[in-house]
Amino acid sequence: MEVCTPVLSQAAGTDPSIVPLHTRYTGPEYPRGLDLFLQTSPEFAMKRLLAAGSGAIYQIAQVFRDGEYGPRHNPEFTLLEWYRPGLDHHDLMKEVADLMSACLGQEIGMKKIRYVELFEQQFGWNPLQAETNQLEDAAKAHGIETGNLGHRDQWLDLLMSLVIEPTLGKQGLTFVYDYPASQASLARLNPEDERVASRFELYYQGVELANGFHELTDAAEQRRRFEAENHQRQQRGLPQLPVDENLLDALDQGLPDCAGVALGLDRLLMLQQGEMTLDRVLTFSLTQA
Amino acid sequence: MATYSTNEFRGGLKLLLDGDPCVIIENEFVKPGKGQAFNRVKLRNLKTGRVLEKTFKSGESVEAADVMDRNLQYLYNDGEYWYFMDNDSFEQYQVDAHAMGEAVKWIKDQDVCNVTLWNDAPILVEAPNFVVLEITDTDPGLKGDTSGGGGKPATLETGAVVRVPLFVQIGEKVKVDTRKGEYINRVKD
Repeated sequence: MEVCTPVLSQAAGTDPSIVPLHTRYTGPEYPRGLDLFLQTSPEFAMKRLLAAGSGAIYQIAQVFRDGEYGPRHNPEFTLLEWYRPGLDHHDLMKEVADLMSACLGQEIGMKKIRYVELFEQQFGWNPLQAETNQLEDAAKAHGIETGNLGHRDQWLDLLMSLVIEPTLGKQGLTFVYDYPASQASLARLNPEDERVASRFELYYQGVELANGFHELTDAAEQRRRFEAENHQRQQRGLPQLPVDENLLDALDQGLPDCAGVALGLDRLLMLQQGEMTLDRVLTFSLTQA
Repeated sequence: MATYSTNEFRGGLKLLLDGDPCVIIENEFVKPGKGQAFNRVKLRNLKTGRVLEKTFKSGESVEAADVMDRNLQYLYNDGEYWYFMDNDSFEQYQVDAHAMGEAVKWIKDQDVCNVTLWNDAPILVEAPNFVVLEITDTDPGLKGDTSGGGGKPATLETGAVVRVPLFVQIGEKVKVDTRKGEYINRVKD
């Protein structure tokens, strides 16, 4: 079923690496004004619908993220997001691959690789165990000069974005899965290895296209993770964000076992048209909007 | 101490890195959907001329290089240094071959150039984007050939060599794009 959820919300995602844009409503119900956030993805509202018994749902949504503008980024972009009760993230990867073949007009092969294996192949060490100085050395060995990044996840992000990502998906679709638990606050942990979470990313032609989860359904665990993220925000000098109590209530009511994915439609269009930058396929990007 | 945040990065911005003034050539924003954003920056060290790449965490601040751009007039060359003058203050500056760089190929007396000063010393000279120079040597071309196809090398009065159409002759003046080192057109006096 196609759904349409509000762009404006009283709560925001607490992910320290995603900055929401905000605005303010003043009028009936809130005569002194109410701070509202523009959605960074429709995930929370869609999970509320799932908990209310919607069954499988999808939507094409405009989403907004502050501070993101470049060849592959625009602060306003379009996500296709969908949820499948009863499926896990491996089933969903297959469905994403089928959709990609349909959109690109040809059968495209897919391969799957664990996040850990990807790093072991490229650098020869396990990203869950490597010391920060090993991560720094790997960056240097690949000609990346940078300052002190602090958290080890940020070193992993650096190596993923600058060294690994450009090489992914050259021969077909590449799904990377089982991300470090620290990088997947909305996914359930892998019951066979709780150091990793049931998250996947799709890469094609060196471009990150989609992110999916076997969704976390445990309300108490979700609250702990939101609070941990707000704590990280505090440590990095970022503002605290209001936790989405409506989402936590919905999880408490019972989110069905489901997998969900968000796919960047502007980037997909860019690849389909053989373009290298988003501004070639957006009607008006940030600087012309 | 003046600083620039990564959000202010753009081509031409001058930063101080490891004590040396550098100019940004390219700046690219890179970010995984869920994860840290970075600015991958290509810079030229203005003292050594070396091109380097640096990656910054987005939102970081970097010290600005205390440099000034001045329009200075080229006076003469004494075999070792090139001399420029500020036409308002009449102050003169001595520039070495390193700071002159490619500009030596294009400029002649009286030309006004953008000169970058660091701690009041010239570290970079940029020739005007377009210059008009006389041809001092080239093979005689075919008379009546105005097609412009093919072309031939021609030596300019500054010593630089550019490709020109066959009809262009010794003694004629041509307009050149100094950024690409390309002939634009003939110029009549």
